[in-house]
Amino acid sequence: MVDKKEIDDVTGVELTGHVWDDDLRELNEPLPKWWLWVLYVSIIWSVGYWIAYPAWPTASGYTKGLFGYSQRTTVSEEIATANQAQAKFRQAIASAELETVRAEPELLSFSIAGGRASFGDNCAPCHGRGAQGFIGYPNLNDDVWIWGGKLADIHKTILFGIRSGHPETRDNAMPRYGLEQLLTKEQINELAETVLAFANNATDKAAAERGKAIFAEQCVSCHGDEGKGNQELGAPDLTDAIWLYGGTKVAIVTSISTGRGGVMPAWNERLDPVTIKQLTVYVHSLGGGQ
Amino acid sequence: MADAGDAATDVDKFIGEPVEPRSSGALVANEAAPGVPRQEVEAVNAKANRPLYEARQKVHPKRARGTFRSIKWVVMVVTLGIYYLLPWLRWNRGDHLPDQAILLDFANQRLFFGPFEIWPQEFYYITGLLVIAALALFLVTSLAGRVWCGYACPQTVWTDLMIAVERFWQGDRNARLRLDKSPWTFDKIYKKSATHLSWLLIGVATGGALVFYFRDAPTLARELVTGTAPAIAYLFLGIFAFTTYLLGGIAREQVCIYMCPWPRIQGAMFDQDSLLVSYRAYRGEPRGPHKKNDTWQGRGDCIACRQCVVVCPVGIDIRHGPQLECIQCALCIDACNDIMKKVGRPQNLIAYDTFRNLAAVEAGEKAKFRPIRPRTVLYLVLIPVILALMMVGWMNRSELDVSVLRDRNPLFVRLSDGGIRNGYTIKILNKRYDPREFRLSVKGLDAAELDIVGLEDNETPTISVLPDNLRSMRVYLSLGSDAVKQLSDEATPLEFVVTDLGDSAQSARSTTFRRPKQ
Repeated sequence: MVDKKEIDDVTGVELTGHVWDDDLRELNEPLPKWWLWVLYVSIIWSVGYWIAYPAWPTASGYTKGLFGYSQRTTVSEEIATANQAQAKFRQAIASAELETVRAEPELLSFSIAGGRASFGDNCAPCHGRGAQGFIGYPNLNDDVWIWGGKLADIHKTILFGIRSGHPETRDNAMPRYGLEQLLTKEQINELAETVLAFANNATDKAAAERGKAIFAEQCVSCHGDEGKGNQELGAPDLTDAIWLYGGTKVAIVTSISTGRGGVMPAWNERLDPVTIKQLTVYVHSLGGGQ
Repeated sequence: MADAGDAATDVDKFIGEPVEPRSSGALVANEAAPGVPRQEVEAVNAKANRPLYEARQKVHPKRARGTFRSIKWVVMVVTLGIYYLLPWLRWNRGDHLPDQAILLDFANQRLFFGPFEIWPQEFYYITGLLVIAALALFLVTSLAGRVWCGYACPQTVWTDLMIAVERFWQGDRNARLRLDKSPWTFDKIYKKSATHLSWLLIGVATGGALVFYFRDAPTLARELVTGTAPAIAYLFLGIFAFTTYLLGGIAREQVCIYMCPWPRIQGAMFDQDSLLVSYRAYRGEPRGPHKKNDTWQGRGDCIACRQCVVVCPVGIDIRHGPQLECIQCALCIDACNDIMKKVGRPQNLIAYDTFRNLAAVEAGEKAKFRPIRPRTVLYLVLIPVILALMMVGWMNRSELDVSVLRDRNPLFVRLSDGGIRNGYTIKILNKRYDPREFRLSVKGLDAAELDIVGLEDNETPTISVLPDNLRSMRVYLSLGSDAVKQLSDEATPLEFVVTDLGDSAQSARSTTFRRPKQ
């Protein structure tokens, strides 16, 4: 640094005294005043901000700030506001019969929209985003219902679940013919052929004929004389084109051997009654509703 | 001047520090001519007087009187009148719809312009309007320069209004200059606060009028006063009140000089043949004070009184020639004509003139005006063409629209009897102001059974849609297993046809019916 102030000849501006490459010098142009003031004000502002808003982590949490601001509270308030905006429809749905909800175009649209959202949150993991189902998880779009496809049936299934442990749950159990050795392997094979024969898919007609006796003895009490099933008992129709666990011989043999028995949770413990009604109407509207 | 390339050189001729010789003899000090005071004013915003690092020097425009000032008053009254009063104009659309003539109803997704109503998907009409507005702006600019800037731009109109208010409280230029220099007396505080308060009130009225375009004006006015209006209304009222005060009252010409892109675009908008506010240097120079009985021979008509500078709202000197800062408000024409009358010289030393004509006259040639040029013709033709396109579009605008969205998850559903079902979401848009009833049918897949969710019980369901509304429905098409086997493709084309039960108007949308691979 030089002691004396050097002045640049061309611009008349003071030099900083720094020299590079023999003759490159830097003009001493301080930061603009306004810029500095913005910086100082920002610093003061930040102190106020620390006091007013959540800012510093502490050992057990964080400083809450004077305004008690929290994004969680904001979200809760926004949800409450949204619910408030929906209150008109939600109250109407809460007090109306399911048939009425379905008959009113406004309530129907509201239920389908809300039901679709709740379905995505709660049901899609098993039944799929489009309710198309997977092996062991029923397709809710089709016209086949193991436990009934009327609004009231669907409502009850969603409320209490299937084999969920809830006192009012829908429940049944198909014997595990193979695992518990109630039938021999040969008998199970014949029975599977009989079941396949309902849809004319039997591979061994003679075995299917032999299996009829076993079917009459073991199966008709739930699945009916002609294998048409019974929704009261939750026994599937064995004659149609829809197979929850697959319609191949291997799948049917497995079903007879292990009894299957999928579980659906009881949703009345997790969802509010209006949401369950919306879900009911939504599922019913997917095309198969009766 | 033969071609456009010479423009810069020709313009340069008019620029430069003028010589203003002192007159000897019969002039009183500070007179430019007998009875015409020489104004002590500097063109603070002329480029030469505007170094980069300097605070703004306030411009105190003097009041001008004359033809163009009168035109500007009329334009101000008309434009502000339209702006403030338009939302209050009513338009009867029946019981179900708002009765405000101009309403940008974002909340309900409708734009109302008198008899026209635009749905969100018809926003291209707004695009058309904007294209026409742009072309009109180009046309006017190519004919007469920055007419928009000088007369109709909101920045100009509101600044003009703010200056008028300032003049009302504080007096004209000289009084304002004195007031600014005087110490803070009660009188000064009173006049200054009255001015700023008036500006703020104008700002609030401006912001207030703006929000009326977006919600029923009488309702919103009541809500605003009682404090029950939506927060967004107060927010926008505040924003526009503040910006009106700031841009019109305080910033003024700085908006035009530093913030606005339009002056920069001007270079491409006008040409040699556009009428621009110009100082006729060939007539004015050499300038200088003129005393009584002096000859006008051998000198210019400009008596260097600086009246043109003193009335200028942007603080420039038109005698420097065309410049970016000039908004072409033509007030200097009024000021100069006033003086020319007093000193007995011909009018229009400053006037609307073209570069080509200025050069021609200076060279002693005949006046050249070419208002009909390729670009003006092009703009003039394009405007009615686009207008016609929009009108054709509007006249063919259907009042019944249908949209069909086929389900993609699942693509199809297998039914218990081996049949297949496809799902669709169908929306019917009723753009009329009456409720309408429709029937939905399928063309191209006769064997399919049609079900509308909520209306299954009816064999031939009637779909009612509210006025100016849309109805969304879930629709299913089912096909028995035998019919499915006869479908040759995985996707069979079909049409949903919506028929108005009243007047048999139809609208159809094509989609497909899908089956699994066989």
